[in-house]
Amino acid sequence: MTAVVGDTALSSPPLPERTVPRGQRRRLRVGRGVVLILAVLYFFGPLAAAFWFSIDEGNGLTWHAYTNFAQAPGFGSAASLSLELAALTVVLSLLLMVPTLLLVHLRFPRVRTAVELLSLLPLVVPPIVLVVGVSTVIGWGNAGSSGSFRSQLFNQLLNSSPPPILPLEYVILVLPFVFRSLDAGLRTSNTATLVEAARNLGASWPTTVWRVVLPTLRTSLLNGSFLAFALVLGEFTMARLLQYQPFAVWLLQFGNTDGQLSVALSLLSLLLTWALLLVMTAIAGRGPRKAVV
Amino acid sequence: MTAQVSSEFAGVAVEFEGVSKVFGATRALDGLDLEIAPGELLALLGPSGCGKTTALRILAGFEDASSGAVLVDGHDVSRQPPNKRDMGMVFQSYSLFPTMTAVDNVAFGLRLRRRPAADRRRRAEELLDLVGLSPHARKYPHQLSGGQQQRVALARALAVTPRVLLLDEPLSALDAKVREQLREEIRTIQLELGVTTVFVTHDQEEALSLADRVGVMRDGRLEQVAPPATLYDRPATAFVASFVGTTNELPGSMESSGRVRVGAQVLPVDGPAPAAGTSVAVLVRPEAVVVTPHPDGDAIVSVATFRGAITRLRLTRKGAADVLADLPSHRAAELGAGTHAKVELLERPVVVRELA
Repeated sequence: MTAVVGDTALSSPPLPERTVPRGQRRRLRVGRGVVLILAVLYFFGPLAAAFWFSIDEGNGLTWHAYTNFAQAPGFGSAASLSLELAALTVVLSLLLMVPTLLLVHLRFPRVRTAVELLSLLPLVVPPIVLVVGVSTVIGWGNAGSSGSFRSQLFNQLLNSSPPPILPLEYVILVLPFVFRSLDAGLRTSNTATLVEAARNLGASWPTTVWRVVLPTLRTSLLNGSFLAFALVLGEFTMARLLQYQPFAVWLLQFGNTDGQLSVALSLLSLLLTWALLLVMTAIAGRGPRKAVV
Repeated sequence: MTAQVSSEFAGVAVEFEGVSKVFGATRALDGLDLEIAPGELLALLGPSGCGKTTALRILAGFEDASSGAVLVDGHDVSRQPPNKRDMGMVFQSYSLFPTMTAVDNVAFGLRLRRRPAADRRRRAEELLDLVGLSPHARKYPHQLSGGQQQRVALARALAVTPRVLLLDEPLSALDAKVREQLREEIRTIQLELGVTTVFVTHDQEEALSLADRVGVMRDGRLEQVAPPATLYDRPATAFVASFVGTTNELPGSMESSGRVRVGAQVLPVDGPAPAAGTSVAVLVRPEAVVVTPHPDGDAIVSVATFRGAITRLRLTRKGAADVLADLPSHRAAELGAGTHAKVELLERPVVVRELA
């Protein structure tokens, strides 16, 4: 998490070593080493085991899982569905949350707490509850006579490619994370004054948002987008229960036919997520754009 | 260079006509009437919550007046949005756009006005030069000190050749030394450009040293608008007297002559005199108090505070309130803490306030 936040991550101040007696200092160092080793084991142990499993052939090593995964039946469509869903979710959630939070911060600061509580609800209500609710609504939608507006609408929602129903649900799922990062950005950047300064210099509202507010919020926009993207790539429950087959669902089912390939793909998807994270952190930490005058 | 910048400014008159602003149950502004002359620097001074910032924000267009009108150059601007008013504002908190360099910040308003790139670059650099920040043109706000950021903000506000310059406590976040320096620079630049300026502050020293006229506000109303010296020497109300400068309030009573008796002295009254026999508070500046060391004096110096050219004494008196007195430091040497002294007032008109 701190890596995602990048420049706002807290770095603990160095310990005042002089004040710690020598013997105690050594024990402190040993203690830190032990904690670090345990953490590494806890984190990398399963990964190493998974990697070993994915290349072990009993009496030798094989790389077939890593060379052949692209040809695995269904991989292409599942991966592209996941990427599409993730991109759609990011776009939708930003379209929803950026204007909402701007309004809250600039015009209606009193409702901030209410909006925060509302956007945190998805953390409290399990996704399964949401899916059950959505399923009930889908049942109602399908109960309409065929050809009616209702059934056509639901047909579009469920059967288009990609099905809009999933990104609509995912927007709710990622709400807490998008809210958090945008809210933090707005609170630390003194947006109200910046907006007034821009308006005073002659900027219309759209210009103010485009030229001043969004560039200022770039880091938190990226953070929120990344979190939403990663969450959707790994989402299983909703897609599975509504019987779609994005990457996570496909991976589980495919694991039954080729365990090694499925584990290899899990590792690769983890690496992909890390790579994305690094890219985002690098972009966020790159500093402001070059001069434009 | 500055001659070129200044020739573009034409000071305009600003007028508040019975402007009121109500926030829920509070009246932030209560019928403000105020005329500001072209090219004038007017300071609005008052404690927090007196309505001075509200007045400025209404002028800038960030708040709508509940009633009344604001006229700029004779035209009612009440219905104009802030981005159409052509005013340059410097804010209390740092307001530079963090994603732009200093020169881009200054050029922002020119960009919006679709000035050609070469033109706006030249103009932005001129203005950075005017505030002495040319070497820092390519720096981002976070690489500048607070004082430098406010200079850039001033240059940015002036770059668009605003009809009115609005300064909302621009110095209050800076430390004392920088504050004083920038204060002088603002005044120099303002005089040079002749731009009509409204300066909001709660710091009386700032208001008195900068402004052509100072408007003292309290509870959404103007108590007095006057040049600094008048405000200080002839405060119209007791509030002005106590808010501007330091004031002693001494008990007195009105004589039939229309003069006021305070202690053993009888002094003329400045302004309308209350009826004879009325108990009043007599408002006296510390520099109008004369202290002479005297073994039988009824006052004792309790604290002597050295302030450079002057020394301020606090004198305690038996059965009476403390008195503050300012005297030249070279004369204060013989009046250390514990010295007995006699206290008198200078023979000049005093402001009195009737006691309820």
